[in-house]
Amino acid sequence: MTGPLLEVRELCVEFPTRRGTLRALDGVSFDIAPGEILGIVGESGAGKSLTGAAIIGLLEPPGRVCGGQILLEGQRIDDLPRESMRRLRGKQIGAIFQDPLTSLNPLYTVGRQLVETLRTHLPLSAAQARERAIELLRQTGIPAPEARMAQYPHEFSGGMRQRVVIALALAGEPKLVIADEPTTALDVAVQAQIIRLLRGLTQAQGASVMLITHDMGVIAETCDRVAVMYAGRIVEIGPVAEVIHHPAHPYTVGLMASVPSLADTGGRLAQIPGALPRLDEIPAGCAFHPRCPKASQRCRDERPELALVQRTRAACWWPIVKSAAA
Amino acid sequence: MKERARPTEPRTSATPVLPLRWRRWFASDLWVDFVHSPLTVLAAAIALACVCGALFAPWLAPHDPFDLATLDLGDSHLPPAWMADGRATYPLGTDDQGRDILSGLLYGARISLTVGLCSVGLSVLIGVTAGLLAGFVGGVVDAALMRLCDVMLSFPPILIALLVDGIGRLIFPQARDVLAIAVLIFALTFTDWVRYARTVRGSTLVERHKEYVQAARLVGVSRWRLLRRHVLPNVLGPVLVLATIQVGQAIITEATLSFLGVGVPPTNPSLGTLIRIGNDFLYAGEWWITLFPGAALVLIAMSVNLLGDWLRDALNPRLK
Amino acid sequence: MLSFLLRRLAQAVLVMLVVGMGAFSLFQYVGDPVSNMVGQDATPAQREQLHADLGLDRPAPVQFARFVGHALSGDFGLSLRQGREVSVLIAERLPATLELAIVAALIAMGAGIPLGVYTALRRRHWDAKLTMAVSLLGVSLPTFLIGIVLIEVFSVLLGWLPSFGRGTTVQLGAWSTGLLTADGWRHIVLPAATLAVYQLTLVMRLVRAEMLEALRSDYVKFARARGLPDRVVHFGHALRNTLVPVLTISGLQLGGLIAFSIITETVFAWPGMGSLFIQAVQFPDVPVMAAYLCLIALVFVVINLIVDLLYAVVDPRLRVQAAIGGARR
Repeated sequence: MTGPLLEVRELCVEFPTRRGTLRALDGVSFDIAPGEILGIVGESGAGKSLTGAAIIGLLEPPGRVCGGQILLEGQRIDDLPRESMRRLRGKQIGAIFQDPLTSLNPLYTVGRQLVETLRTHLPLSAAQARERAIELLRQTGIPAPEARMAQYPHEFSGGMRQRVVIALALAGEPKLVIADEPTTALDVAVQAQIIRLLRGLTQAQGASVMLITHDMGVIAETCDRVAVMYAGRIVEIGPVAEVIHHPAHPYTVGLMASVPSLADTGGRLAQIPGALPRLDEIPAGCAFHPRCPKASQRCRDERPELALVQRTRAACWWPIVKSAAA
Repeated sequence: MKERARPTEPRTSATPVLPLRWRRWFASDLWVDFVHSPLTVLAAAIALACVCGALFAPWLAPHDPFDLATLDLGDSHLPPAWMADGRATYPLGTDDQGRDILSGLLYGARISLTVGLCSVGLSVLIGVTAGLLAGFVGGVVDAALMRLCDVMLSFPPILIALLVDGIGRLIFPQARDVLAIAVLIFALTFTDWVRYARTVRGSTLVERHKEYVQAARLVGVSRWRLLRRHVLPNVLGPVLVLATIQVGQAIITEATLSFLGVGVPPTNPSLGTLIRIGNDFLYAGEWWITLFPGAALVLIAMSVNLLGDWLRDALNPRLK
Repeated sequence: MLSFLLRRLAQAVLVMLVVGMGAFSLFQYVGDPVSNMVGQDATPAQREQLHADLGLDRPAPVQFARFVGHALSGDFGLSLRQGREVSVLIAERLPATLELAIVAALIAMGAGIPLGVYTALRRRHWDAKLTMAVSLLGVSLPTFLIGIVLIEVFSVLLGWLPSFGRGTTVQLGAWSTGLLTADGWRHIVLPAATLAVYQLTLVMRLVRAEMLEALRSDYVKFARARGLPDRVVHFGHALRNTLVPVLTISGLQLGGLIAFSIITETVFAWPGMGSLFIQAVQFPDVPVMAAYLCLIALVFVVINLIVDLLYAVVDPRLRVQAAIGGARR
């Protein structure tokens, strides 16, 4: 298959509220190629989860898509009727959310939830579905899967639960998996296992992953490309190594600098002064300009679009260009 | 180039510059939400009207229904003014003793509202104090309070109120008006305070373990001051919602007790007592004696319940 | 699990003892205990005899033990108002109240749960909003007023249904039922409807709130993300999780029905325990009050116990907790 799996063009999402309409996503555009892992990183409130929700069609009302297009394998999916969108979910696009304990229905056994999902997407008999479910559990690294089928979610540990969640999300063999902070609720030791599992399974199935997180370490380990979001816009996007080592946008620079490293020997922790703007107070022009050390009048007046700077694309009028390879 | 999202600001341009506290209040989410919800504004207006009507009853009422000298039996059993036999001086008709229904309404509402507000006020006072103490001190006090709350809350309040009222009458067999009302308020308070105690205790427990409390204690703030100035304001939100809803419930419970004959005596009737009196005349077709007090009761209860409902939704952070 | 059961039983017994003490105080100290036992018409000689028999000169704990002993065998003395044995009076009136409560409960749940689900699923539609507005009316209307209005409309104006009494009843051993005759049913309709309104409103609002909460939850979001059809998400997942707290809370409401029956029975002259109690409070008839108190306490305690057990059975998470010995709270 040629061409990108997912294309997002100028996506806008807004929330009508009592105090006026708030624009939460403003002109977000990116592509995901088949088999690629794209990371979406940014502070809380930047719009990462909303992007994922919009793509899979699970925006909570009153939020709504107010502009732009989302294309899956060249077909528009943002304007599909409800039932068609429902059929897409689980089969073409899957999703994993943050908290595995609350993602699973506490009153049903794991086996029942798996079988239910399998039979929704594939024409299987009850016995066949059961077999497949056990196989899925085995693939996600859960020992003694036959016995586990009859257990309830609260009887699993956190890491095991997230494996079950992954099994459920991949049951329909989707082409794109949206993983929204899949490791944030887990212990550090377990995080690495889960990320490796996710990567392995999706590569085996040839699926792409949109990995949403605020953890740069996970991004560095796992992703092929990464997009940095700020105030509902993408400010930089490019291959992972480039964005991390040669960031062009001042915000990305600030982000990378604020990740403490073991090599630092004292001194203050670096931080970006100020805070994310409230949705009803997003500055004109470049959204980052009030906090940017390089802001000029142009930054206040005109909003920059993503443009190629060395090896990444950044939305900045004064991108940081490193003269020598670092 | 895109313009920034400009929200409509709730600034009232007609008002002069208000002190900061007022300005912050009018810009707050709560006020904006309130003003944009026409039903709630209506409910608040009705509730306010009822309270004013009850408060100023002696001046608003066209007659004094309790001044026996002014009653004229010849004026009894009159229908409302817009009907055939009605008279303009008695806009809503009269009862079997010639008492004006409208005046009776206003005075009755007064009693009903007094009982409701007093009992809730007392309940809040006792309940919040008990809850704060239990939550903060913990240990045996806390456990005892919780068991008490569990037991008391598993019984319907009307039952306990009936019992307390009954016992009160046993102890004071010649209860005059004020005493009867006092016993009634006591009965309602007795059943109600546990709700607030439990809510406040829960919130206090949560707040107590928060960092700002621990930080304050580290700095040396006394426990009493901590309770009063730090914990209490954070705990009052649910109490306010509960209290608003309970006012409606208290008014209805009082009306029920009066209707059953164990509440406010007929010499100084509340709305419930009026309905009871009117009930005897329903079969004779004199519906107005019952309907108007009934409608007034429902109106007050509904507006208070609406307010309480709105307040609960407005203060619920998860619905934002 | 067993330890959980035992702890709850112990709690129940404790509550009953406390209530018993309350009833005992009523019996002994408020009003005259001798009159409570023999009624008003006894001669002085009889009273003296009874005074000695009752051991009223014995210390209070002994008297309390005696009271408990009598109570457990159902002996609460004689009604001051009617001169008959309290236990007999209550036994006569019990079926009427229970039938009323059960029919009302069926109406409340049978209409309340579907309405609650409907208003939750179609929450932005006008008909759901209208139903919620009407439900507000249901909470704001006192039960007695509902009864009066129903009587006015259906009895006085339309003349369709009777407004007092139970109608023709059939005696099945010790139980007199009105449910086996058409006349009995005609009589029970209005009172049961009156009693049911408040509970119906509560159930509906509760179901709606719980359902909305469930629909907002992460597992519903994940279920939708897996492409499960709406019907499965709404009924298989959301409703199933909603019913757990709803059923348990509704069980507790059953107690409320029995309490509110006091009002309904008064309005409709229904010959049940509620109207007996009201007459006792007005008189005041202390033995009846004490007996009613104990009986109601027993009913509530039993209901609470059953509900707690039911909760543990229905929610698998609690089975583990219960086994460990933790309480629900």
